[in-house]
Amino acid sequence: MTGPPGAPGDSPPDAVIRVRGLVKRFGRHTVHDGVDLDVMRGEVIGIVGGSGTGKSVLLRQIVGLTKPDGGTIEVLGQSVRDTSETDYRRLRRRWGVMFQDGALFSSLTVRQNVEAPMREQTDLPAALRETLAGLKVRMVGLPEDAQHKYPAELSGGMRKRAGFARAIALDPEIVFLDEPTAGLDPIGAAAFDTLIRQLQAALGLTVFLVTHDLDSLYAICDRVAVLADGRMLAVGTIAELQDVDHPWVRDYFHGPRARAAATAATGPAAGRPVTPGKES
Amino acid sequence: MTRANLTTSNVPVRFDICDGCVVISGSLSVDSVGLVDRDALAGHGRAIQAIDIAKVGRLDTSGAWLLVDLQRRLSVPDRAVALRGASEAQDQLIETVRRNLAVDEAVRPPPPTLADRLETLGRATVAAGRVAVALTGFLGSVVAAMAVTVLHPRRLRLTSVVHHMQEVGLKAVPIVALMAFLIGVVLAFQGAAQLRQFGAEVFVVDLIAISVLRELGILLTAIIVAGRSGSAFTAAIGSMKMREEIDAMRTLGLDPIAVLVVPRVLALILMLPVLGFIADIAGLVGGAIMSWIELGVSPAVFRTRLVTDTDVWHFAVGMIKAPFFALIIGIIGCYEGMMVEGDAESLGRLTSLSVVLSIFLVIVADALFSIFFAVVGV
Repeated sequence: MTGPPGAPGDSPPDAVIRVRGLVKRFGRHTVHDGVDLDVMRGEVIGIVGGSGTGKSVLLRQIVGLTKPDGGTIEVLGQSVRDTSETDYRRLRRRWGVMFQDGALFSSLTVRQNVEAPMREQTDLPAALRETLAGLKVRMVGLPEDAQHKYPAELSGGMRKRAGFARAIALDPEIVFLDEPTAGLDPIGAAAFDTLIRQLQAALGLTVFLVTHDLDSLYAICDRVAVLADGRMLAVGTIAELQDVDHPWVRDYFHGPRARAAATAATGPAAGRPVTPGKES
Repeated sequence: MTRANLTTSNVPVRFDICDGCVVISGSLSVDSVGLVDRDALAGHGRAIQAIDIAKVGRLDTSGAWLLVDLQRRLSVPDRAVALRGASEAQDQLIETVRRNLAVDEAVRPPPPTLADRLETLGRATVAAGRVAVALTGFLGSVVAAMAVTVLHPRRLRLTSVVHHMQEVGLKAVPIVALMAFLIGVVLAFQGAAQLRQFGAEVFVVDLIAISVLRELGILLTAIIVAGRSGSAFTAAIGSMKMREEIDAMRTLGLDPIAVLVVPRVLALILMLPVLGFIADIAGLVGGAIMSWIELGVSPAVFRTRLVTDTDVWHFAVGMIKAPFFALIIGIIGCYEGMMVEGDAESLGRLTSLSVVLSIFLVIVADALFSIFFAVVGV
């Protein structure tokens, strides 16, 4: 079989997320005015846009936390809005969400946080659940003693890693990451980028990445979607987006920071997992 | 060729053993690994030379872990069991899992001994003592800040004081008045039932007047205010602490005690006597109405007896206690707010602690006042 693990059978790359004509208003302020987006299986797509263009709102609508005012959203071939509670629950199992700053349950330890989805969604015996949760915690590069710590005892970067471990607890097909590298120091952010790429390859994930971080875009994204003026302005590889003639896109990809990120990413192994496993 | 299906029929994965090789087919995922009897598989021991997963469709981390675990258990020192038929992606996943296996199973902490329990008790006692010291210190700094305000009245944040007076005083009037009214009604009703047996119905006025004016009016008002405003103080100051607003104030040279605590405590000290007075009136009105209905004591008789037979000191005792109760509620509410740390859980814990502690200390203070007033003879 050729497909990534997690893919049912040998299905060719197809759209796992399909958004059409999405409209979202907050009061009189229109955030999304007809957003279209296709996310292919197994790719890492980065969503960028200025502050207040509704990147996180788009994520929340796709996972069903915020109700759109119009348009359709299909994830894995099923509508997120017009579906029964049972179907939605079944669908929800097939994705994982990592919120900004991890959104860990503060009353549970890291390992219990990772166990939480397993406890709710599967019939795993407790001992096996602990073993598998421990495995996930190690896979995101957290030290052994972090397992029994509470979120308040962790640094911001560790909380994000723990949030990522919880998001992949059930080996979902799609992982939604909201600003995974925001607030991390450059070394921590680069390590997190590598981690995302490694686990994406190992677990065959489709990654929906909301970010501001140019380095992340250059390092790990297969395609980038630009939200501006309430619409999806352009979707494509970074090379393709360089030529888009729109003031925001031009400023974004040709600003000094973008040039620095582009230079940093032009190494031979840029964006590819070099040595998966222990982070430096 | 021996075949053995080691899983139950409704599991989407099969384990067949043929020619010293475990052939796995189906889906090895988080849904199915919990149903696999790993011990039974491992029991086949020496006979197994390889595990074939060419027929495995879906393989996730949990499944990969199962394979690695099985491989390790079936291997004997001189001969490792081979894993065959994995696709490239599956191989990568299995390698990732193998690299992240636990070095050794986590050591569980031993159960607590008697000495550990005693240590916990001792630490809790010391911690309680420290809280008492810290609370006294906090009281001192608030009093000092208030003294500065008295010396320099222009530094008082009048808008803030008035705002908090409205929040803790004016907005509490309906609930306090209703509560006191109902207490008056209940006292009259219960008192009447008892006093009627002795033909001493008219003494219900003394019963209501003394209990409401001296104790219940102000005590119950303080309890309601502690629940209403003490918790609000903790939550408001605590969330400011969480968002580092308090640290920002310090860096700007603002004293959080003067800015946040003094207006709140001052507003409470000014408003609690007023609320207590309203509660007294409402309690007496409730008692008078119930006495009229239940015992036929007319309002005029009630008033006359209230004025002639009830010492004004009963009212004064209640009013004297009010500012002290206000100080207790305000200090504890603000102190616990200042103690909030980074996480939301400590905010919730300290808010409820602030209410419980302030109600408890209000009642303790009330008991001490009873002794004091008994000694001085009022």
